[in-house]
Amino acid sequence: MSALRERLQNSKDLVFTVEFPVIDGGGMAAVEKNVARLSPWFVAANSTDNTAAHAHASNLSVAIAMKNFGLEPILQIVCRDKNRIAIQADMAGANLHGIENIALLTGDDVTAGDEPEARRVFDLDGPQAVNVASILNSGTYLSGRKLQPAPNFFISAVENPFTHPFDYRVQRAIKKHEAGAQMLQLQIGYHPDRLENFARGVHALAPDLALLPSVVLVKSSKPLNFMNDKVPGIDVPADVIARVASAEDQSEAAYQLALEQCKHALTLPGVRGIHVTDFRHDDTLERLMTDLGRTPHNL
Amino acid sequence: MALESAGRKLLPLLLTVEHGLKKPVWGCQMCGQCVLHSTGMVCPMTCPKTLRNGPCGGVREDGHCEVKPEMQCVWVKAYERKDKLHLPQIWKDHYNELRPPVDMRLKGTSSWINLITKRDAWLPAGWRARKESQK
Ligand code: SF4
Repeated sequence: MSALRERLQNSKDLVFTVEFPVIDGGGMAAVEKNVARLSPWFVAANSTDNTAAHAHASNLSVAIAMKNFGLEPILQIVCRDKNRIAIQADMAGANLHGIENIALLTGDDVTAGDEPEARRVFDLDGPQAVNVASILNSGTYLSGRKLQPAPNFFISAVENPFTHPFDYRVQRAIKKHEAGAQMLQLQIGYHPDRLENFARGVHALAPDLALLPSVVLVKSSKPLNFMNDKVPGIDVPADVIARVASAEDQSEAAYQLALEQCKHALTLPGVRGIHVTDFRHDDTLERLMTDLGRTPHNL
Repeated sequence: MALESAGRKLLPLLLTVEHGLKKPVWGCQMCGQCVLHSTGMVCPMTCPKTLRNGPCGGVREDGHCEVKPEMQCVWVKAYERKDKLHLPQIWKDHYNELRPPVDMRLKGTSSWINLITKRDAWLPAGWRARKESQK
């Protein structure tokens, strides 16, 4: 059984997951180094699928490498680049390699990346992809053809509580849950009130659905501005940006903001942990985990 | 079968009428498996990602589309309209149902004929089996 599932379903412990850095250089040594850094703190890490519509070493290849080096992968599969046949092939490949955690996402558009001229696929959408993973779990492909041994996927998805239509986001989360998702990693967001409404709404309807809000570690107000201006679906209020921008020590102010976000999120119903994305690449990740009361290797 | 052959004869006429009506009003893309009734009469195929199950996470703060910032998100519009329009309750209730993947073979065919012949109710065997097991 995947350690992630085990932790979520058989314990009340908090669960921390992390975005595994994309691999464009450094070869296997880069994977190994990142695993060594992250595995003391995180039960599992997302092996991303051409994140932000940029090509990188593939989702499955990095997931297999991570697993070999000793960190449990969450294999992300995005609907933008692959049709239903290729998506199922990713799933069957994961099954072959004993990878159980999979996360299904609609994905951002090709226009978000560095090859906006590419063809977008979206043959399936996020909720459909979740349902297809559930179908594979029952021992067949979408077509009904047998797949054996049947996978034992721990299926997750992503939802954005921070954008329109706000009250529909809860229903959409439930739709993914009914399609088979048992965990939702949430989009990065800077409106605690929206997160709170979403968590309460989801928890009332699906108390077993584990929510992992995302927190991103940045060093200054620059990336906050970037997200606000350039990443559709992320709104960073002016006062949040100003709080970091006007601080004497921007790096410290940005850290305190992230720590506050974690502490707030962990008080909400249905929230079982945090998903961390690190854009700082210094020792702040370790600091954050320590400040949240974690000790290394005590996942 | 009789229905099917009648449908086949009517096909060219119906295709023209359906497209002629639905294209200007709803921007119909002739996917051949119409879900307009359950989406507040907003065609999900006009979403740049052709999503059939609700809005992606990229909706902008002003409710506009991630891909086409000048356009209101199709699903935001659908969500607003489904409550505003006087549609039968059952259609409104279908808003959040899990719609199956599009059958690409039906593209360019008449959804009216496909509805009459039940061709649009075809599902891949795996999808059908899961749906039945959930009932
Ligand atoms: S923002 Fe709305 S219309 Fe645009 S791609 Fe996403 S779901 Fe489709």
